[in-house]
Amino acid sequence: MRNCNFKAILLIMVLMTVLISIPGLAQDKYGGTLVFGRGGDSVNLDPINATDGESFKVTLQVYDTLVQHKPGTTEVIPALARKWDVSDDGKTWTFYLREDAYFHDGNPVNAEAVKWNFDRWRLEDNPYHKGGSFAYYPYIFQGFPGVIKEVNVVDDYTVKFILNEPQAPFLRNLAIVAFGIASPEAVEKWGEDYFKHPVGSGPFKFVEWRKDDRIILEANEDYWNGRPYLDKVILRSIPDSSARYMELQAGAIDMMNQVNPENVKSIQDNEELKLLIRPSMNVAYLAMNFAFEPFDNVKIRRAFSHAINKQELIDAFYVDLAEPAKLPLPPSVWAYNDKIKDYEYNPEKAKELLAEAGYPDGFEFDLYYMPVPRPYMPKPKLIAQTLQYYLSQVGIKANLVTYDWSTYLDKLSNKEAETFIIGWIGDNGDPDNFLFPLLDKTNSENNYKSEELHKVLVAAQTELNTEKRKELYYKAQEIIHEDAPFVPLVHSTDPLALKNKVMNYIPNPTITETFHKVWLQNK
Amino acid sequence: MLNYTLKRIIALLPIIIGVTIAIFLLVHLVPGDPAKTMLGERATPESIKAVRESMGLNDPLYVQFSRYVNKLIHGDLGRSVISNEPVINEIKVRFPATFELALFGMLFAVIVGIPVGIIAATHHNSWFDNISMMGALFGVSMPIFWLGLMFIWIFAVILKILPPSSRLSVGIALHPITNIYLLDSIIQGSWAAFWDSLKHLILPATVMGTIPLAIIARMTRSSMLEVLKKDYIRTAYAKGLTERVVVYKHALRNALIPIITVVGLQFGLLLGGAVLTETIFSWPGLGKYLLTGIYARDFPVVQGVVLFFAIVFVIVNLIVDLSYSLIDPQINYN
Repeated sequence: MRNCNFKAILLIMVLMTVLISIPGLAQDKYGGTLVFGRGGDSVNLDPINATDGESFKVTLQVYDTLVQHKPGTTEVIPALARKWDVSDDGKTWTFYLREDAYFHDGNPVNAEAVKWNFDRWRLEDNPYHKGGSFAYYPYIFQGFPGVIKEVNVVDDYTVKFILNEPQAPFLRNLAIVAFGIASPEAVEKWGEDYFKHPVGSGPFKFVEWRKDDRIILEANEDYWNGRPYLDKVILRSIPDSSARYMELQAGAIDMMNQVNPENVKSIQDNEELKLLIRPSMNVAYLAMNFAFEPFDNVKIRRAFSHAINKQELIDAFYVDLAEPAKLPLPPSVWAYNDKIKDYEYNPEKAKELLAEAGYPDGFEFDLYYMPVPRPYMPKPKLIAQTLQYYLSQVGIKANLVTYDWSTYLDKLSNKEAETFIIGWIGDNGDPDNFLFPLLDKTNSENNYKSEELHKVLVAAQTELNTEKRKELYYKAQEIIHEDAPFVPLVHSTDPLALKNKVMNYIPNPTITETFHKVWLQNK
Repeated sequence: MLNYTLKRIIALLPIIIGVTIAIFLLVHLVPGDPAKTMLGERATPESIKAVRESMGLNDPLYVQFSRYVNKLIHGDLGRSVISNEPVINEIKVRFPATFELALFGMLFAVIVGIPVGIIAATHHNSWFDNISMMGALFGVSMPIFWLGLMFIWIFAVILKILPPSSRLSVGIALHPITNIYLLDSIIQGSWAAFWDSLKHLILPATVMGTIPLAIIARMTRSSMLEVLKKDYIRTAYAKGLTERVVVYKHALRNALIPIITVVGLQFGLLLGGAVLTETIFSWPGLGKYLLTGIYARDFPVVQGVVLFFAIVFVIVNLIVDLSYSLIDPQINYN
């Protein structure tokens, strides 16, 4: 009986708690201004002419793409296109557009507008193919006009793409931020200056851009997917990461990205702040150039893999915000081959391999490292020095070399570097987006030219069956692991620091989250 | 004087031509490629080719140069190859920001530096002299980024009395007209904006002014010490003039020439953009823009901004030269 009473009291208490918290649950999520502190300003707000993350961070809010990534994943879900179908040969894609999407200038987003945008991007003689280099288009669709042969309007809200050849990641490619659909009227009106007067159909409208200072966006009241909770978003550029963190502590900004690894602990200890981790979509690696002896010898390359302690690098320089890489693909990519076992850290084995390769006393070589931090590597110089130490432990002498960033990239693409550290950030969550640009014989910066790999990668590019594609990529990763053309080092994550009041911010591996569903508690 | 000024302005021409040629060659001859920098790790041979084409970089150097000069003659500095923004627009927006900051940094340096230098000289070898000169030594050797971060930490994070960075709080409305925010807020009669932008100026201006302050204080001291040893100073004292009149009227005016020179040079340097201060305080100035341009190998930006800086530097020097004749009647440009 007493037990029963106790249960009843407990039940009442639980009910009361729920009742009290209902106003909290139902509290108005609408309103407020979010101030986001970031490392740099945007460069170009015409998404097709942007190439940098800071520009995309803004165009994402202003534009919609035909399809998009489901929050927090690389899964493709509808956006401007509510559904689509593809012909059996993979060459004809039909997209059925939603009929309630409007550009911020009031014009409807219809098949005509979609065709207008694609024609502007892909045809170099299009009168509006100006205002930049349209760099993403040839990069993704293999040149102008590339694989997209025709874009046809079927009816007001149906548009058909005809491809020269099937492109397996075609749908994923359309989710890339660079392919945001712009208002044709606005592009025609502003011409070369369109990049600073962006008009899309996204959740936020562009208001003002003060260069190197702030970009102001306001809620699109008529957004097809519902008005955003926030009234305004202000993206401030605060280049120094320590200063940015102090801004957060001082309360001048609500959230920030590119947190210094050394500040992570202090954020975790701060009761007013929280830390979010973006799933990794990148890889940092040490590449060995096959044109230089002895790196043409697979034993030497494997010896390198055994000589480096990846976990220690992470402990020292990434504060647990990274994981050791055994393959170029990060685990968040669907074709990641987890069956492959990494070359374990084993200096003795490295020495044996060196001896077998005819270098029992080691050798000397140049190791190029980046002069600037990159999202996948916050401290390239210290990491290079640590690699130098690991290699010295097995008798190899690395001379560290660096240049300024522009020269560095130049040297790498001219294949002048004997060995080098670099990385890659994925765009669309597709394995092709990592393996083809990094390792195919037509692209590799370290003279790795495997015919076998090339055949597999090309076959995978046109294979439309996902399971069969997966098999091909599994095979590709096995080849890469065997050949060891580079030592994958880490997959890093980008930590974000937020005030507790910022709710529902879901970092996406492809950095494509919008502020649409973000809201502020206790505005 | 008018004649002299005109001559100096005409003499600007060869300087501009020299700078134009030198900077064009420099930016094109150093290794690095804007197309590759723009594409970063993503660069593939085809995309590099396409981007270079659209940037007009596949033409021979002399074609690019003549195209550049032709535009320049028509007052067009070109568009950034990375952002497509006309360089002249960026200068119009960013130079006022740099100017406002440099002016306040310099005001701080002069208002504090000159009196400190004078007192240190008149109280030669006193405790004040020793301490202030030691302070000046600290000032010139202080790493600016460290000082900036410390100031932000103390005044914005701990004491919360000054804003950490940027030019204006997010809640304050101000429509940029001249882009000198203090002036804009006066024009628009917004005291809230005036007060807010003034508060935003204090930390970066103090940090920016630290090195010039130290240099000016040391220069004032040594220049004053030299003058105070002169015979006419002894005569002035002998006439029965008070120390105040001797120091400020007789000595200072004669000691001013080297001080003005240093002030002018320092101001010219600050106008060239103090990249570190601008970076730490997120100040959208011209120096940071130039640096970004250099890193990205954004040729039109580097060429345009360096040319602009050269002109500003020459003008500041001209003003300094002209001011000599106002201070010292013996200097006459007629």
